[in-house]
Amino acid sequence: MSEVPVSEARTSSGRRSLKRPPGQTARTFLKRPRAYAWAAGSVLLLALPFYLDRFWLQAGLFAMAAAIGAIGINLLTGATGQLSMGHAFFLAVGAYGYCVFAGEGDGLTGLGLPTWLAAVLAVLLAGVAGGLFSPIAGRLRGAYLGIATLALIFIGQHVLFNAGDLTGGSNGRAVPPLSVFGLTFDDREAVVAAVPFGSAEKLWYAGLVLLLGCGLFARGVLRGRPGRALNAIRDHRVAAGVLGVPVARYRAGVFVLSSMYAGLAGVLLALVFQRTVPDYFGMTLSLEYLAMIVIGGLGSVAGAVAGAVLVSLLPQLLTRYSEALPLVSAPGTGGIAPGEASRYLYGAAVVAVVLFLPGGLISVAARRPRSTPGEEA
Amino acid sequence: MSTFAELLLNGLSMGSVYALIALGFVVIFRATEVVNFAHASLLLAGGYLTASLHDDLGFWPALAVGVAGAAVVGAAVEFCVMRRYRGQDHSVLAIVTIGVDILLTTELTRRLGTDVLPLGDPWGDSVLTVGSVSIAHTRVAAFVTAALLIGLFLAAFRYTSWGVAMRAAAESPETAALMGVRLGRVSLGAWAVAGALAAVAALFLTVFPTPGLERATSLAALKAFPAAILGGLDSTTGALVGGLVVGVTESLATGYQSDLTFLGRGLGDLAPYLVMTAILLIRPAGLFGTKELARV
Repeated sequence: MSEVPVSEARTSSGRRSLKRPPGQTARTFLKRPRAYAWAAGSVLLLALPFYLDRFWLQAGLFAMAAAIGAIGINLLTGATGQLSMGHAFFLAVGAYGYCVFAGEGDGLTGLGLPTWLAAVLAVLLAGVAGGLFSPIAGRLRGAYLGIATLALIFIGQHVLFNAGDLTGGSNGRAVPPLSVFGLTFDDREAVVAAVPFGSAEKLWYAGLVLLLGCGLFARGVLRGRPGRALNAIRDHRVAAGVLGVPVARYRAGVFVLSSMYAGLAGVLLALVFQRTVPDYFGMTLSLEYLAMIVIGGLGSVAGAVAGAVLVSLLPQLLTRYSEALPLVSAPGTGGIAPGEASRYLYGAAVVAVVLFLPGGLISVAARRPRSTPGEEA
Repeated sequence: MSTFAELLLNGLSMGSVYALIALGFVVIFRATEVVNFAHASLLLAGGYLTASLHDDLGFWPALAVGVAGAAVVGAAVEFCVMRRYRGQDHSVLAIVTIGVDILLTTELTRRLGTDVLPLGDPWGDSVLTVGSVSIAHTRVAAFVTAALLIGLFLAAFRYTSWGVAMRAAAESPETAALMGVRLGRVSLGAWAVAGALAAVAALFLTVFPTPGLERATSLAALKAFPAAILGGLDSTTGALVGGLVVGVTESLATGYQSDLTFLGRGLGDLAPYLVMTAILLIRPAGLFGTKELARV
C-alpha cells in the first residue's frame, strides 16, 4: 500500500518521456484529435458573445466563475482528500473584499483603490483568510475538516449581516465595475463588429482568460511534484510522511491555494452580479461546489470545469424552459420550482456518480483516449 | 443570579437534546467510519412525520410513527446507498451523504414551504417555578427524556449482544466479521438508531419556546456537528459532553447578548462554532477523541 504513489509516479512519468521526446511534441500534437477539439472549442467560446443574448452570457459567466472555484476546491478535496464545507466563506471574502478595496462614495467603507489592484488584493485577502484557518486545516483530515469548516459559513454569515459598515448588511453592496488598462467592464456600450458590447460581453473574455490561467496553473500543480505529494497524502498519509512529504504544511498550503481560487471566483461572481448580497454565500453554495467536483470528477481540472458548467447551468436552463418541461413550474405556483428541481437533479447525480461512475463524468470522456497509449486526462 | 441559573438550566436541557443528535452521529461513525452529513435531514424527516400526523393520530402515536419513520429512512439510506458503494475511501462516502442530504432537505423544505408546523406536544407553554427560577415544562421534559434515552442506549451499548457486536465492529471490522458479526446488520442498526434518536431530538428542537417545525430547524440540528466533533468523533462520552457544552454556550450567548452588542446580533447561533474552533485549535482530535497514532 505504502509504495503505490511512488511506483505510480515513476511508471507514468517514465512512460510519458519514452513516448514523447521533446522534439516530436509539435508534430504529434497536430495528429491528435484532441488538438482539433480544443481549437474548435476555443473558436466557439470566443465567438459566442457575438451571437448570444445577455441571459446566456450571464449564465456562461456564472459557469466560468463556478469553474474557477471548483478547480480550487478540487485541488483540496479531489487531489488531497480534504473536505471543505466552508468555501462559500472564501467566495464571500473575495466578493466583499473587492467591493471594500475598490468601493468609494456609496456611504460604506471603501478604500477607492484602482479596481485591478482591488481584485488582486481581494484574492490575496481570501488567501490570508485561508491561512488564518490553516492551523486547523493542516491538522484535521478528511471529513473532520469538513465539519470544522462549517464554522466558517456561520462566522461568514454573521459578519456579513452584522458588519454593515463594510458589507452593507442584508441589502448588500454595489460592485464597482472592473477596469484594466483603461478598458472598463461596464455597461457603457462599445460596438464591436456591429454587436453592442455591454458588461457581459466584455467580462466574458476576461472570464475566459482567468479560467484558462487558473486551469493551467492547477494542472501544473497537479502534474508536478506538489501534485504527487498531495495525491500521496490522500492515498496514504503515513506513507507520504515517511517519504518526506511535510503533510501538515502541504495540507495547509493547498487549503490556502484553494481559498484563493474561491476568492477569485467570488470577485468574478461579484462583477457579474453587480451587487453582492449575504444570503447568496450560505451553506447551499458550499454544497453546490462539492456537488460540482463529485459529478465532474474528483482530482482533475477538466472534471471540475465539467461539473461546474453542469451544476451552474442546470437551474438557469430549468428556469428558462420551465413551461416546456413536465413537473417543473414557476416559483410560487405549487409545483416544483426550477431551483428545487435542479437541486433534486444534482443531489441524485452526486449519489449516482459515486456509486456507479466513481471517476465522475470526465471518466466517460477520458475512457476513449486512454486506449491510445501515452495519453492521460 | 436567577437569570444565570435559568440560562444554565435551559442550556443543559438544549445540550442534552444536541447530545442525542450527536450520539446518533457518533454511533454511525463508530460502526461504519462514515461521517454522516445527512443527519440534519433525518431529523427533519422525523419531525415532519410527527408534525403532519399528530392531528389525525394524536400526539403519542404520531411521535412513535415519526421515530419509526426516521429510523426507516436512516436504514433505507444505509441499505440503498451506503451499502452499494464498493470503494474503500470513507471521505467519498461522506460526500455521498451530502448528496443524500441535498435530496432529503430539498424534498422536506419544499413540503414545508414557509409553514411553521406545531408538533402538538402535551406540555404547551406551561412553566415550572422553583424559588426564583422558572423553566418551561418542555425543557424539563427534554432533559429527562434525553437522559433516559442516552442511559438506555449506553446500557444497551455495553451489555446487550447488539452493543457488543457494534463495539467489536468499530474496533476491528475484519476480526468482528470472522467472529460471526454481521457487519451489514450492524451498520443498518446504527443508521436506524441514529434516525430514531434524531426524531426524538426533532420534537424537543421544535417545542416551546421555539415556534414549531420550519425550514430553520435543520440549521438548529446542524449544531450537533460541532457538538460531536468538539467531544471527539469516535467517543460517546465526547458526544454527551460536546452536546452540553454547545447547549450551555448557546444559551449563555443568547441570554447575555444585550451585554455583547458590539459582537452583533444572533451571537447565540455562532457561539457553538466559535467554541468548536477554539477547542480544535488546542486539541485537534476533540476533547475525548482518541489521538491518532500511526505505527509503521
